[in-house]
Amino acid sequence: MSIWEYANPKRFMQTSSWVLPWVTGLAAMALVTGLTWGFFLTPDDYRQGSTVKIIYIHVPAAMMAINCWAMMLVTSLVWLIRRHHVSVLAAKAAAPIGMTMTLIALFTGAIWGQPMWGTWWAWDPRLTSFLILFLFYLGYIALWEAVEDPDTAADLTSVLCLVGSVFALLSRYAVLFWNQGLHQGASLSLDREEHVADVFAYPLWLTIAGFVLFFVALVLFRTRTEIRARRLRALEARERMA
Amino acid sequence: MLALLLRDLRLATRAGGGFGLSLAFFLIVTVLVPLGVGPEGGTLALIAPGVLWVGALLACLLSLDRIFALDREDGSLDLLATAPLPLEGLVTVKALAHWLTTGLPLTLVAPVLAVLLNLPPAGYGPLTLSLLIGTPALSFIGAFGAALTVGLKRGGLLLSLLVLPLYIPTLIFGAETARRGAEGLASETPLLLLAGITLGAVAILPFAAAAAIRVNLR
Repeated sequence: MSIWEYANPKRFMQTSSWVLPWVTGLAAMALVTGLTWGFFLTPDDYRQGSTVKIIYIHVPAAMMAINCWAMMLVTSLVWLIRRHHVSVLAAKAAAPIGMTMTLIALFTGAIWGQPMWGTWWAWDPRLTSFLILFLFYLGYIALWEAVEDPDTAADLTSVLCLVGSVFALLSRYAVLFWNQGLHQGASLSLDREEHVADVFAYPLWLTIAGFVLFFVALVLFRTRTEIRARRLRALEARERMA
Repeated sequence: MLALLLRDLRLATRAGGGFGLSLAFFLIVTVLVPLGVGPEGGTLALIAPGVLWVGALLACLLSLDRIFALDREDGSLDLLATAPLPLEGLVTVKALAHWLTTGLPLTLVAPVLAVLLNLPPAGYGPLTLSLLIGTPALSFIGAFGAALTVGLKRGGLLLSLLVLPLYIPTLIFGAETARRGAEGLASETPLLLLAGITLGAVAILPFAAAAAIRVNLR
């Protein structure tokens, strides 16, 4: 039993068809509990008032936006090295989700920033690098759309994903160099004392778990759609040949 | 390799090669900016390094799709791919030719255009130096983008969408070097980082671009 067995689309479809409802259900539970807890059962912050509660969407979305690219990097590598179709289809399926997460993080940040910083947008390193990440997603998706042959598209986007990862990281630190920040430090970290107070942190962890599960469910769902679409195309091609 | 380089240079400089186009574009951008933001010398001096860098970057972008597309159309790219020269070497030569016909001339005219934008005297050295060191990175990153889109019918717009985000680090360090120079600050740190990006791009991207070309010629 190894993970590579799921490279077989049939095995993947079988397994994902019974995993998907569970992941979806768990994601829904975690999100509903976490968001309700976060929105209604935590106290207002003494300085930020109730605006602090946007953290329950902003932080998980931002984390998923970055982790989604990391996942695409891994699956692209797997495709380039072992040529497993499911892997690259998962990368294709994940890209729009990651892009949406980036947008959510940018928008919730703007909504929070308006009352707190007095501005919707500032050219702060974190904000800027998120905008840049959004551009990288845009290019990746556009390349998928533009190339007609699926295998060529898979190869080209995988190479773009690898090179893009290097440059995205470079941009991240270049931006840090270019402008000093307005954004606060990390909300959560494993090794430091100073972060969000526990009252806020517990529901936050729950919503993060919810976003992760939600992301997994969406990726599974969209990958299944991609596999079905490809099967459909193969069937149509066979019909035409016959 | 030398023969290929000379061929590309000749193709670019003779009629229809579009050699002067990017220079003309650079000139037009530098003329348009003062028309847009107003003629005050102070404002222009403040934004001059950034405008010149963005202008050079866009001018460089204009000629990118010519790197491989023309050779692909007339079939010489297939011949070059089967030639004894490895594809990585081909990409390197092509990017070098692109730099010699675009990046280098842009670097040479930048100080002249800087006069139009009222750049402070201290900024000329760092600006030219940063362009000289930074534009090879633009050519090599661009060659990678061109290799990705060489198989597409209308790859031009997609090419800019793919390449511009990759240009961000180069732009940041390059413009920062020029800006610090213009303000009379020490500009070695961004210059070194810029050189690092250029060297990294020259070392790694030919391999990525060659991989992309192989996929596109499949």
